[in-house]
Amino acid sequence: MGKKKERPYKVFKIEKGTVIDHIPAPKGLLVLEVLGKKNDGIVSIGLNFDSQKVGKKDLIKFENKIIDKEETDKIALIAPEATINIIENGEVVEKRSIDVPQEITGFLNCLNPNCVVNRENLQPHFEVVEEGPVKLRCKYCERVWEVKYDMVENKRK
Amino acid sequence: MSVKMKNKSIISLKDISKDELMYLMKRAKEVKEGKYGNFLEGKIISSLFFEPSTRTRLSFHSAVKRAGGDIIGFASAGSSSTKKGESLGDTIKTVSGYCDLIVMRHHVEGAARRASDVTDLPIINAGDGANQHPTQTFLDIFTMLEKKENLDGLNIGLMGDLKYSRTIHSLLVALSFFGVRLYFISPEALAIPERYTDYLDDINVEYEVYKDFKECGKDLDFLYCTRIQKERFYDPVEYESVAGSYIIDKEGLSYLDEETYIMHPLPRVDEIAVEVDEDQRAIYFEQAHNGVPVRQALIGLLLGIIK
Repeated sequence: MGKKKERPYKVFKIEKGTVIDHIPAPKGLLVLEVLGKKNDGIVSIGLNFDSQKVGKKDLIKFENKIIDKEETDKIALIAPEATINIIENGEVVEKRSIDVPQEITGFLNCLNPNCVVNRENLQPHFEVVEEGPVKLRCKYCERVWEVKYDMVENKRK
Repeated sequence: MSVKMKNKSIISLKDISKDELMYLMKRAKEVKEGKYGNFLEGKIISSLFFEPSTRTRLSFHSAVKRAGGDIIGFASAGSSSTKKGESLGDTIKTVSGYCDLIVMRHHVEGAARRASDVTDLPIINAGDGANQHPTQTFLDIFTMLEKKENLDGLNIGLMGDLKYSRTIHSLLVALSFFGVRLYFISPEALAIPERYTDYLDDINVEYEVYKDFKECGKDLDFLYCTRIQKERFYDPVEYESVAGSYIIDKEGLSYLDEETYIMHPLPRVDEIAVEVDEDQRAIYFEQAHNGVPVRQALIGLLLGIIK
């Protein structure tokens, strides 16, 4: 059997910004939730494209936004398979490598209601104990979690 | 071998290496033999029990007092300023000025780790919710080492509620330091969680799974029992149908080897019949009493008094 033919698709081209590609579907919305939708330019998201690399993939483009190290770490936790390209003047100027961080604080909350983080309103802190898929251990209650939508939704503003 | 444990906090079993564990065991043996006398004289230990406890609290109190130290604290959250809404962090920061070391139990998981964030004093976790209770494991291992000098090559049965028991989970991690073979004995509903068998697979610890201790009792050097809580079963009929496989009475003893020691973290309800107490293999009260020298040695090491 030959390779499955990929349908051509068009996503708004950007002159400057960040393209996050090869996000395994359906994690695109989770990545967007974690990074936040607020942006100077257009944010376009494509879901469920065919991909030889990851089967079905999602794609996000942030116009005018160059994501920073912290944001790259967040993507690494959710979709370590993703690729990140930084665009300037319509050209790829950087292929950002994704490394899963060893520790993470702040943006994900522990889902254990009896964890001291939730009872005392503390800054959540996780250690990465496995990388594929990423599993996080809460520094406090020591429960191990796969990154889930609920953990982001519960984040404190 | 010299192991530095001064100023260390003991929150979780993952904070302690095999070397440290063996060092603690060696010192605990010396403490039990009376080598150190009143080594806690002039020291004040805080005992903060936000959640009630009988054995653990009294054992820590006895440990401190028998070594000549003073102990201050409270036995329930109701008699602390937590009731007035004080945060855990503030309680710990305040108490830190009153003592040399803090022993604490709290129903909230991670409370002891949080406490160790806000103070430079050593913290001993005496239980944080369903998470960790490391000193129970230390006294369990100490008791085993008293009976068998070396745990390598031993067959150790863990019986009862293997799913929810934090005692079992901590003990399993400590036992994995040694070349033991584990026998998990439980009803299916309370079987050992996969994350623990995965862990044992990763580090090549051998284990077998049984539904009744009578099938493997003769092979065991130790049988460590825990209570099966009726409320863990949706159907009480199911509980009644399995409970008998996890109760040791005089008849059950005949399924064990002449040298299978029976342990239990206590309190027991009906999983070990009172008639078993007289049997020379029943060592659970001895085990509970070992909490004193083990906790004394741990406090001594963390304060740097015992080297």
